[in-house]
Amino acid sequence: MSGKEPLLSPKNLRLLTDPLARNNPVTVLVLGICSALAVTVKLEPSIVMAISVIIVTAFSNLVISLMRNYIPPRIRIIVQLVVIAAMVIIVDQVLKAYAYNVSKQLSVFVGLIITNCIIMGRLEAFALGNKPWPAFLDGVGNGAGYGFILIVVAFFRELLGSGTLLGYPVLEKIGLYKTGYVNNGMMILPPMALITLGIIIWVQRSRNKDLIES
Amino acid sequence: MKSFSNRYIYIFSATMVVIVATLLAFISLQLKPAQERNILTEKMQNILASVRVQSTTSNAQDLFDKYITGSIVLNNEGKILENTDAFDVDLVAQVSKIEKTKQLKSLLAERRVSPFKQFIASFGGAKETDRQGIQSQISAIGGERQLPVYICTKEDSSVYYIFPVRGKGLWGPVWGYISLEADMNTIYGAVFDHKSETPGLGAEINQEWFQVNFRGKKLFDGASFRSIEVAKKGTVEPSPFTVDAISGGTITSKGVEAMLYDCLEGYIPYFETQKN
Repeated sequence: MSGKEPLLSPKNLRLLTDPLARNNPVTVLVLGICSALAVTVKLEPSIVMAISVIIVTAFSNLVISLMRNYIPPRIRIIVQLVVIAAMVIIVDQVLKAYAYNVSKQLSVFVGLIITNCIIMGRLEAFALGNKPWPAFLDGVGNGAGYGFILIVVAFFRELLGSGTLLGYPVLEKIGLYKTGYVNNGMMILPPMALITLGIIIWVQRSRNKDLIES
Repeated sequence: MKSFSNRYIYIFSATMVVIVATLLAFISLQLKPAQERNILTEKMQNILASVRVQSTTSNAQDLFDKYITGSIVLNNEGKILENTDAFDVDLVAQVSKIEKTKQLKSLLAERRVSPFKQFIASFGGAKETDRQGIQSQISAIGGERQLPVYICTKEDSSVYYIFPVRGKGLWGPVWGYISLEADMNTIYGAVFDHKSETPGLGAEINQEWFQVNFRGKKLFDGASFRSIEVAKKGTVEPSPFTVDAISGGTITSKGVEAMLYDCLEGYIPYFETQKN
């Protein structure tokens, strides 16, 4: 595949790790916000959503990269959409068959991965011009970058909004409610996802000055 | 970039579409049995939950076989329809029949309230046959109704009757199961679920804290059918016929209320015969 260089050469590894932090699609490129807000009420659906997006980005990157020399540029957007849509339908069908409860919670948002700009963005920007293996890694990296933020947001929203983590009543077990603590119902509403995300972006930019636009 | 001929583009896209379609059709067929099993299991779990039996996906079938000792399908006169399996009744179609009947009835009521117009129109002789037409449509739809009932027998040989209900929430359908005690009046348990109600607000109808409120409520006020009112706390006197609505989920709550009334209304003839 990548010929002479090793499969996980420093250059390829950077494709994988870059989108996790310095080039994060959600916090730096600010893509895919809509679904990041919608599915982060609970941790479990967020994790499933993250995995789904990783699979879709990785494999559509791979497929498009394999086909890159045969795709007529004039219809490349349509081709990309068909590939993404096919991947998403497969993921959706598999979830319905093997993770029914989670797929019910995610409802339309699995289908809406199709419209997630991260995926199409990576296809246009990377897969069309790179070999399959780097493209695959780039897809995994970007999917993981998105999923990572999703999980962080969901962690805080579930913990502060419902007092649970993956359905386990953490705050009740450590006896916080006895001291008069009450769950913050606001956390389960969409605006707080935006604010949580904003705080993450703020923290990231204050630690990494390169990200601040002049 | 290379340039491609139009011919190539057409062939390329046609081939791609055929390949993708075949692939998706194949996958869909392969996964269909597993998906249908999930839906069936969920239905069983919901039915069991309405008689306060908690089940998991793995033991739902066993518990269902153990507790649900019978199921029948009724017509709108409360007679048992033979050769129909309660599990196969399409509730969506049943609900659209309820809707249609309601529309026709309001049409009928409109006709009734304007005697002057009727008088004018009677010269044409059209209205009266119109009314009869609507009337016969209503009874035709009524005759097609299928009303499933599941019968549950618990260890202490107490019997409960489970009635599926379905209606409209704010964003999409809501549905559930109501179980009644043998007096056909007292609610033993209720479960609700929804397709896409607002999380944290209307979506709370599938949570236990909302559903337990229905336990012990009554459907009949004396001899007349009253159903359950889902109303804002403080706006109505607490009574065996009211349940507190969800704050912020008014339309969903009202949807549940309308669903209970509309769906359970059809069972009145059955309730009456069972009571006597």
